[in-house]
Amino acid sequence: MSEPAARKGWMGLLARAEAGRLASLVPDLPAHQVLRAPEVGAVMVQGRVGGTGGPFNLGEMTVTRCSVRLDGGVVGHAYVQGRDRDHATRAAVVDALMQTDDAPRVQADVLAPLRAEEDARRQTRAAKAAATRVEFFTMVRGEDK
Amino acid sequence: MYVAVKGGERAIDNAHAFLAEERRGDPLVPELSVAQIREQMALAVNRVMAEGSLYDPDLAALAIKQSRGDLIEAVFLIRAYRTTLPRIGASRPIDTADMAVCRRVSATFKDLPGGQVLGPTFDYTHRLLDFALAAEGLPPVAPTAPVRDEAVPHVTGLLDRDGLIEQALTDDTAPPDLTREPLELPASRALRLQALTRGDEGFILGLAYSTQRGYGRTHAFVGELRIGTVAVEMDIPELGFAIEIGEVEVTECETVNQFKGSKTEPPQFTRGYGLVFGQTERKAISMSLVDRALRWKELGEDYDGVPAQDEEFVLYHCDNIQATGFLEHIKLPHYVDFQAELELVRRLRSEAMALREAAE
Repeated sequence: MSEPAARKGWMGLLARAEAGRLASLVPDLPAHQVLRAPEVGAVMVQGRVGGTGGPFNLGEMTVTRCSVRLDGGVVGHAYVQGRDRDHATRAAVVDALMQTDDAPRVQADVLAPLRAEEDARRQTRAAKAAATRVEFFTMVRGEDK
Repeated sequence: MYVAVKGGERAIDNAHAFLAEERRGDPLVPELSVAQIREQMALAVNRVMAEGSLYDPDLAALAIKQSRGDLIEAVFLIRAYRTTLPRIGASRPIDTADMAVCRRVSATFKDLPGGQVLGPTFDYTHRLLDFALAAEGLPPVAPTAPVRDEAVPHVTGLLDRDGLIEQALTDDTAPPDLTREPLELPASRALRLQALTRGDEGFILGLAYSTQRGYGRTHAFVGELRIGTVAVEMDIPELGFAIEIGEVEVTECETVNQFKGSKTEPPQFTRGYGLVFGQTERKAISMSLVDRALRWKELGEDYDGVPAQDEEFVLYHCDNIQATGFLEHIKLPHYVDFQAELELVRRLRSEAMALREAAE
């Protein structure tokens, strides 16, 4: 089994990925058995009172989960945002593949582009926000002489 | 009283067909796609997600299309849909300190770590209609600037360091959920926040405004308002660890309020809190003002008998789906109720007339 930290990383990346983009990166799925058919459900998102206090229920979000087993016996799971069943199935298969000898290839062909595109999207948005940062300068101070 | 009658079926079917045609409008005008609504009516989508209490921009956009832009009807559709979804679980509480902010302003400190970031705001626009938008044009392009890799800490944390503001200490008690158990009073702050975040924006705004005008003054400053995306993490039993299951955009408002002190507490600032799905700044500010007003008992303040301090009044009337359901049901047939009223008025009238005649 892989290190949880690494697996956490790719499962999160797959959860956030745009379904269409993942489908274009992984057009064909290897032979697999569906252990838990893709299921659309809701997860209650919690916030914290005052940002740091006790939890409260903010509202739900849609999530689709799925579990698969590759022919070799490796099991993959997915919990992805939204209601796209194909997205969940694909993410579960990629999770399983990442635990096999195929991992370096999947890492390079699927996860690396997803990561790079996500980073670029975030960077662009952060750069637009940065351009709206106020740079105060003092024009006149109203003190008496 | 309700009595089952038949005879409306054809009329109802035809009314729905008429509705479908009206929804589409003039067929010579191109039809709106759900993606267009999601991208170009984003603040309506955000409001429907917040009050529908379900984060899914595509569904909210679909609901807006189906409801012909009636946002309360769209919220109703989302609330109905969410009841069909199995509850997979609850997330870990989101960490708003770790938000990727696109907007962050403070009305209390000019210079603060992370800076004042205006983001895509209506503030400082002139509120003049822009007729250029009536014509199709090239997509506008926002300027960019180098991103500084610096933390954007909560403003209240800065006051907290000096002990000038009440603390919000972390605890992990499972919060009550009003979608699972009926709302009971007195409500904990966690339950009140859940009700407020999904409450009607107009109602919460009106209550918040009333506190500013003197109906329960709490002297609020916007310590901080931030909008951005946060990761949502959930513990996955079959894995034995937590993973990110997605990210949501939220608006968070923290108010800093005057507090004279009480028998147990020294004079210090107190806090009101607002957290709402999407870019929903008016709602988040309103929520934090109403949250603060509702805390009078906990802080040992006087009860002034004003609406925003009255937990029962606020919590039982802020939900626009409950409100619209009860309000609009009175337009549905009440033939038998009314028949009884009619009989009663006729009888009282004839008795009164008889008395008057006898007197003459």
